[in-house]
Amino acid sequence: MSPQLSTPSKVAFFRDIRTLKWALQILALLAVFALFYWLYGNYQENVAKSSIQTDLRFLDNPANFTIPGNDLDQSQPVRDAFVEGFLNTLRVAFIGIALATILGTLIGIARLSKNFMVRTLGTVYVELVRNLPLLLLLTFMNLAVVLQAFPRIENAWLPLDLFVVSNRGIAIPWFIGSPAQLGIGILSAALLAFVVAKIRIRQADKTGKQDRAWLVGIATFVVLVVLIWLLFGYGWELPYVDGRGTTGGLRLDPSFFALVASLVIYTSSHIAEIVRGSILAVSRGQGEAADAIALSGSQKMRLIILPQAFRIAMPALGNQYLNLIKNSSLGATISYFELTQIAQITVGNGSPAVPAFSLTLLVYLAISLVTSLVVNFFNRRLALVER
Amino acid sequence: MITWMRRNLFRSITDTILTVISASILGYVIFQVFQFVFVTGRWEIIQVNLKILLVGRFPEELMFLVGFSILATCFSIASLASGMNRPLDQPPTLAGKLWELFQRFGLIIATSAFLIVLAGDLDAVLFGAYVVLSIFAGRLFGTARRTTLLRRLPGWLWLSINATLPLVLIFLTMGQAALEEWGGFLINFYLAVVSIALSFPLGVMLALGRRSTLPLLRWLSTAYIELIRGAPLFVLLLLAGVALEFFIPASIAPDAIFRAVTVFTLFTAAYLAEVIRGGLQSIPKGQAEAGKALGLSTFRITFLITLPQALRNVIPAQIGQFISLFKDTTLAGVALSVFDLLNVGTAITKQDDYLGQGLIYESLAFVGLLFWVGSYVMSRESQRIEKKLGVGIR
Repeated sequence: MSPQLSTPSKVAFFRDIRTLKWALQILALLAVFALFYWLYGNYQENVAKSSIQTDLRFLDNPANFTIPGNDLDQSQPVRDAFVEGFLNTLRVAFIGIALATILGTLIGIARLSKNFMVRTLGTVYVELVRNLPLLLLLTFMNLAVVLQAFPRIENAWLPLDLFVVSNRGIAIPWFIGSPAQLGIGILSAALLAFVVAKIRIRQADKTGKQDRAWLVGIATFVVLVVLIWLLFGYGWELPYVDGRGTTGGLRLDPSFFALVASLVIYTSSHIAEIVRGSILAVSRGQGEAADAIALSGSQKMRLIILPQAFRIAMPALGNQYLNLIKNSSLGATISYFELTQIAQITVGNGSPAVPAFSLTLLVYLAISLVTSLVVNFFNRRLALVER
Repeated sequence: MITWMRRNLFRSITDTILTVISASILGYVIFQVFQFVFVTGRWEIIQVNLKILLVGRFPEELMFLVGFSILATCFSIASLASGMNRPLDQPPTLAGKLWELFQRFGLIIATSAFLIVLAGDLDAVLFGAYVVLSIFAGRLFGTARRTTLLRRLPGWLWLSINATLPLVLIFLTMGQAALEEWGGFLINFYLAVVSIALSFPLGVMLALGRRSTLPLLRWLSTAYIELIRGAPLFVLLLLAGVALEFFIPASIAPDAIFRAVTVFTLFTAAYLAEVIRGGLQSIPKGQAEAGKALGLSTFRITFLITLPQALRNVIPAQIGQFISLFKDTTLAGVALSVFDLLNVGTAITKQDDYLGQGLIYESLAFVGLLFWVGSYVMSRESQRIEKKLGVGIR
């Protein structure tokens, strides 16, 4: 007698898992559509009532405001102001990310130091800064440091006679010449330095000697930049106090300084924790192996631990960079003319709010996407290839 | 001692130099802070404006609501905390208990004592006593849960009993006073609590949606989460400040608090969803499969097996989310002109009596102290819970 197999009975239509799955999805879609329909209906109704613009035509209107330290004319369209704001955001983002990474890495290493004092200093910094709101740091930097602790221009601080620090901003020495020339010079120097470093690494692989690629690369870079400089007859220009302002050099806006400083301080405390965690996550055997082949403390850190730690840290670091870029929108609270501030001003001047702020959001979204693409690219390059 | 110093401070010449440099930086900072706090600081601006800093111009006759909601919050937290405690193998000594208490809440106790001294009236002292009493009552209630018939209560019921009272009181308080009377630290705290409570269900839904096998749900949740996470909170607040009234029926007429709560809720939900998704991913597949083997429906597997474990695993990350929300509530002050602690702090230096005297250091130091103590104690607690849960230690 063959065992009686239970024939698969026909499942009722409304209990069939496939039907249910589709029904659930359609239901969700309908709910979202209903929500959007409701929002859109409200929007149409309210817009019709108040008769405001809903498209991007306002971008062609004259801006009617100027940006300090920029030759944007009042009659130029809002579009140009937005571009300037975008560039200012990028400026803060680039400088902030670079400085925060360096400071954060140093503090992260300091927190793991064998030296008690260094460790304590790192811990105090991280615990103090991490638990304060960024806006508080920014307000403090702006109101208490830049506008109050910095001297008036008449008795500006002149550290080493290289800088001029006053409540009208910080002037730093800068080179004379067009930015394009500077850019080409630095780019070609960097390229050559990179090639030299690569050659060093290849030689080192052959001979087994230390490559010191970074050292040689940076030295090449510096020498080349100085050479290009001398060849083309450029020069430094030192800033000096000139009546009510400064002349020469590069003048950094007080709000720019306050924004970058607070972003760097805040983000570096988070980066320090990431770096610390990643260093701890590098398996112990790696450090012990470095000790076994008698590498010095700094060699162990530079050659063995940090490269592996950064592989682990990369995704979290990328998140912090994104946060820094998004947080740069707080520049609007201290009148630094970045994207958000521009949007706020144009809306104040009568541009329609919804399109203007939506455009701003889209730009931030685009920046975030590009940043995460770059981070993902590096992450893939760095990631261990397993099986 | 000398061996310790040699090992930790003066290993080598570079080490000694580092020690000297960092010790002098530390010493300088500590000296400056001490001088500022005890010698040069002029703290009467804080003392005079203490009430505005803490609660704004909250009407005096409604203050009892604020008081009760704070007491209820203390009660609930105490009862939840002691209700969760598993009995220890060895009962700790009294001194050990006190030491632990000091480590965990010393900062809060010190700050509260400082505030009471600053306020310097009988009401403040009495209120402090009530807070202590309510904490003890909460502990009793929590202990009762462990030892008496209350043990039979299911976890969710216990949680909702404890969460309802403070939340109802907080919502009641928010509904009672008109916006222009609101302000100070109260607004930061309430905004954070209310927004996290509202964003929690949405966050759980989004996390489940993103992990769903149904493509449409997954795409929708992912799109929402990524869009919100790509946008700066400040711009969202600004947008809500000028544009929220376009998207809702004209009958609602949103005020600044409504706008702030909406944005914080929608924003936090996206981040909370990612946190909870992390928790869901940490649950081994076997759990869900065991549920299937028992013949549970997908719904029951999620809400009885995977989700509770996931939520428990990410308690520390959730606290972290709450801390960052707590700090971010300051943005509402600038973006929506809510009279929050930071705004009050900068505004009081512009009063007639204090204008142009450079008192911004004093007021920002006070503002920073409150935020710092709150965030620091919470983050320490989350570390403690993390250790207790043993997440990440295999």
